Formats: sequence, C-alpha cells, structure tokens
Amino acid sequence: MTAYIGRRLLSAIPTLILISMVVFGILALAPGDPLSQFAANPDIPPEVRENIRHQFGLDQPIPIRYVKWAAAFARGDWGYSFASRFSVSRLILQRLPTDFWVVGFAYLVAVLLAIPIGVLSAVKQYSVFDQVATTCAFIGFSLPTFFTGILFIIIFSVRLHWLPFIFNVQATNPAVILKQAVMPVAVLALFQSAGLMRFVRSSMLDNVGQDYVRTARAKGVSERRVIVRHVLRNGLIPVVTLLALGLPAVFTGAVITEQIFRVPGIGSLLIASIQNSDTPVVMAITFVYAILVVLFNLVADVIYGLLDPRIKYG
Amino acid sequence: MVSIRSNRHLDPAGSPGRPWMTRPEGEGVLLPAAPARRYDRTLWGDAWRRFRRHRLAMAGAATFLGLTAATLAGPLVYHVGINTIDFHASMASPSRVHLLGTNDLGQDMLARILSGGRISIAVGITAMLMSVTLGTLMGAIAGYFGRTIDLILMRVTDVFISLPQLPLLLLVIYLFRERLSRAFGPQFGIFWLIVVVIGGLNWMSTARLIRAGFLSIKEKEFVEAARSLGVGTARQIFRHILPNVLSPVIVSATLSVGTAIIAESTLSFLGLGFPPDVPTWGRLLYDSQNYLDLAPHMAIFPGLMICLAVLSINYVGDGLRDALDPTRTL
Repeated sequence: MTAYIGRRLLSAIPTLILISMVVFGILALAPGDPLSQFAANPDIPPEVRENIRHQFGLDQPIPIRYVKWAAAFARGDWGYSFASRFSVSRLILQRLPTDFWVVGFAYLVAVLLAIPIGVLSAVKQYSVFDQVATTCAFIGFSLPTFFTGILFIIIFSVRLHWLPFIFNVQATNPAVILKQAVMPVAVLALFQSAGLMRFVRSSMLDNVGQDYVRTARAKGVSERRVIVRHVLRNGLIPVVTLLALGLPAVFTGAVITEQIFRVPGIGSLLIASIQNSDTPVVMAITFVYAILVVLFNLVADVIYGLLDPRIKYG
Repeated sequence: MVSIRSNRHLDPAGSPGRPWMTRPEGEGVLLPAAPARRYDRTLWGDAWRRFRRHRLAMAGAATFLGLTAATLAGPLVYHVGINTIDFHASMASPSRVHLLGTNDLGQDMLARILSGGRISIAVGITAMLMSVTLGTLMGAIAGYFGRTIDLILMRVTDVFISLPQLPLLLLVIYLFRERLSRAFGPQFGIFWLIVVVIGGLNWMSTARLIRAGFLSIKEKEFVEAARSLGVGTARQIFRHILPNVLSPVIVSATLSVGTAIIAESTLSFLGLGFPPDVPTWGRLLYDSQNYLDLAPHMAIFPGLMICLAVLSINYVGDGLRDALDPTRTL
C-alpha cells in the first residue's frame, strides 16, 4: 500500500509539471503586456519600463522564465502581486479561511443531505418519496448556481428582507456571520447534494440486487440491518471516492457563488486578478487549483483501495 | 455494448432491407426470412420506440426544439429592436407592450432573450460538435492503435482531466478575447474563441468512452474478417468499429450541449463572455445583477430560459440513455 501511494505520488509529479507548463504557456503566449499598467502611465519613460521588464526578467525567453518560475514556486516563493504589492502567498492565505468555512460547510451540508435521501430513495425505489427526490435532484443539478443564487437574493433579501446579500468579513457577531453565510452555503450545498444524491441512489441500487444481500435476508437478518450493515457499507465505497474527487470542483465552482454574494474567497480573488491582469496571482491560484485536483485524485484512489479489499495494488 | 452488425457489404446474399438482422449472432448462414413485419425492428427503430415511451424525454425534446425554433423564428415575427433604447420605459414590468418587461435602458427583454438565445444555443451545439469530434478522434486512435500511441494519448487525456476547468476557461477567454475580437469582429471572434475553449476542455469523457469501446470491439471477429479482406484502417475505424461504440457517446454528446450552454452563461455571467450588445442569456443575467430590487424580471426570465434549455436537454439525455441501452427492456 505504501509503495503504491509512493508510486502514485511520483506519477502525479509529471502531471503537475505538464499542467504548470500549460498554464504558464497560456499566460506567456497571450497577447497583452503584464506591464500595460506602466505603459499607460505617461510619467514612466520607456527606459524605466525596459528596466522594470529586465528586473522582472520579462525580456528572457519563455523556457528560462518557466524554469525560474517553477523553481521559485516549488521553494514557496510565489512572487508579488502587481496590483496590491503584497506577496501572492499572503493574499491567498488571507482568503483561505473564508473559503474553507463557506465551501467546507456547504460540502458538509450537501453530504448530510445527499446520503440519507439517496439511501431512502433507493430503499423505497419507485415510491412517491423516490419520485419526488429524484425529480428534485434532477432539477437541482440542472439549475446553474448563478441562477439559484440570484433567485435566492430576489426571494430572501429583496422580497422578504431576511438575509443580507453581501458578505462582510469584518463581522464579529456570530449571528451575523451565520446569517450572511446561509445563502452562499445553501446555493453550493443544493447543487452539490443533487448530484451526490443521484450517485448514492444508483450506487445503493447496484448493491441491493446482489447475491450477498439475498443471502443476508435468507439468514433472517432484519431488513434494517441488511440495509445499514450490508448494502450501505458497500454502496458507500464509490460515494466516498466521488466525495474526494468532487472536492476540487466544489472549490472552483465556488468562484461563481463567491462572485454573486461578494464572498471574499480565493475565487473572487481570481476573478479580480484576471481583470487586473495580475499575472502572478492568477498563475498561483490556477496552479493551486490544479494541485488540489491532482491531490484529491490520488486521495480518491487510496481511499478506494483502503475501503474495498477487492482492489489490489500490485 | 451495443452490437450493430456493420459488416453489411460482406453479406453475400446482398438481400434488400437490413439483412444482418436476419442472422443469428456469430454465424454466416442466412435464416429463412422472418415474417415481414419483423424487418422493421432495427436498432435505431427500437431505440426510437423506447425513447418515445419515455414521457419526460419526449417533453424535453419538444421543449428544446420549441426553444430553438422560437429563437430562430421569433425575431422574424417579433419586430422589436434589441437595441432600441427608451428611457421612458426603463425597467418596466412585464405588460402588454413589453411582454417580458424592459431593462435599465428600456430595451425590450423578449426581443433580447430571443436573439440572445440563438447565440446561447448555437454555442452549446457547436461546442458539443467540437468536443465530440475531438474526443472521437483521440479515443478512436488511442483505442485502435494501442501501445505507445494509446499511452501518450491517454496521458494527455489525464492531464486535461486534471486541469482546473473554470479558472482556465476564464483565463484563456480573458487573455485572448481582445485580439480575436479585433481580428474577426467582436461577435464572430468571441463566438469561436468560446466554442473552441469550451469544446477543447470537454472532450475527455468522450475520448475515454470511445477508447474503451474500441478496445473491446476491435478484437471481435467481424473486424478481423474486415481486416483480412483488406479493408483499410480508416474504413475499419469509421465503418466497422465506430458505429458499435456510438450509443454512450450519443448520450454524453447530448448532455454536453447543456454543459456548454451553462459554461457560456457562466462566462458571460462573470462578465468575461460576449460584449453587452450580444445579449446571450448569461450576459442578460450579468446585466440584471444591479437591479435585482427594482426589476427582478430582468434576471428571472433569462435565468428561466437557461434552466429550461438545460433541464430539457438533460431529460433528453436521460431518455436516450435508457433508449440506447439494449440490456434494458422497456
């Protein structure tokens, strides 16, 4: 097992290098000058601009810039933001707690909703509950989060005045903090739980018809125990894997939700940096997302192996 | 896996209609002709029959076709300019003059939704064609040739799957849109940029499906027969193997139209898609954000159109999944 994890970690490195090359290449080949802000400023003479270019190393060929960037990134030196003069890592770390709290909480709510509903839906297949739940899930994952977000604002903020629609990080009152997180968390959680619930249901249904379930019933095991101890334990194996695989997508998907509710997370930092041509920040955030994806792919594989003894890693 | 016997031209009898349906699996002998009515039962005929019985899928298909028809024909019938500004009717609620109300500049929302829908739907369908073509080529080449080519192509696919989609989409559109809109005009240039980027980030699942199908089908006897008769590589791939692996691809292609519509709307919603004079549904939502208190109809109608389009496509995909899977009997 350890050997397998080690091997997978090693194989993740070329993937990450390739991804970093793709992202770096896109940024380097893009038209437009990262120093366009200086270019627009008439007070900066061309010689000074050339000096700045030289200082930043922008006059060197792309492969050399890439190697320098990659070496610095690996050392933890993520550079400085063009727009705010703060270090990139500081900007990201500043936003991270908000992100973890909103996204993590939403994912937790999604899982707590999806698993019981999915299980019940599968156990009572074709019942009214199942019909309603599957229809809701179908609609839920077809609705884009930007529309549910806007709908929530119209209903709960504009019409009913229940909830604030702008997220205030300075808030210290726990009631206010909780209240302002309700809508972003709900939007994210609803979307995630819809997809998860469908998956839980079909994974449970795959197991309900298996021979070992019939054997358990034939032995006289109570129905409750059959479902909880036998079907659920097997049915949740792929679900746990999916949970790990889906986590990075929740973070990137939160970009939209953060934008709607003005949540100051990494996603809104990314959008702001893209609009400001703040290349170092954009590069770092995109790459952090890529690391998340690769890391959680690995985690999913390992969990799968731990939970399912039928999977052997040679 | 669906098995359409595609070795039609190998049939010595050359009987009219669909001769391969009268043969039992794996044998070359013709059976005595079955009663005439049974000739009608082809794979696609069966699929269509099963699809028709799926009520929600039929409703979805009708809704999506209706939406497409409305956006195509609507502007021809409904003669209100999408850019006609009327400050006297700014943010008017839906009424008989403006069926879906107006926006902050007094522009008619119905006209804008209809003409914007053309672009939203066109982006969805073109991006789907793009990703399916790319995915099919990658999957077919990897699956058919195997070995090193397979290894390299699947490695590329893995890297693409690991790319953070949304950030990259935003990044590429932001960086390249000005140059392309200068080179090809704002509407045309951005349309192709968005289509290429969305399609270019969505072909991986198709490639994997096709490859998996190819790996099992290429070992079948009928392919071996074709090969031994001297059928060329391209013909083997496209005439013999590909038709047999199409059904999961058709489902994923259908669903990817919805994904692409959402992706375009997301871009426009974040202000990184089409310019303001191209009122795609996402762009209309973006424009509505500051007027949610005074004019909620500005957000609700375009949002409903996106939901309706995506929901109907997803139901069609669901119906197709059931209809094209011969192991399910409906």
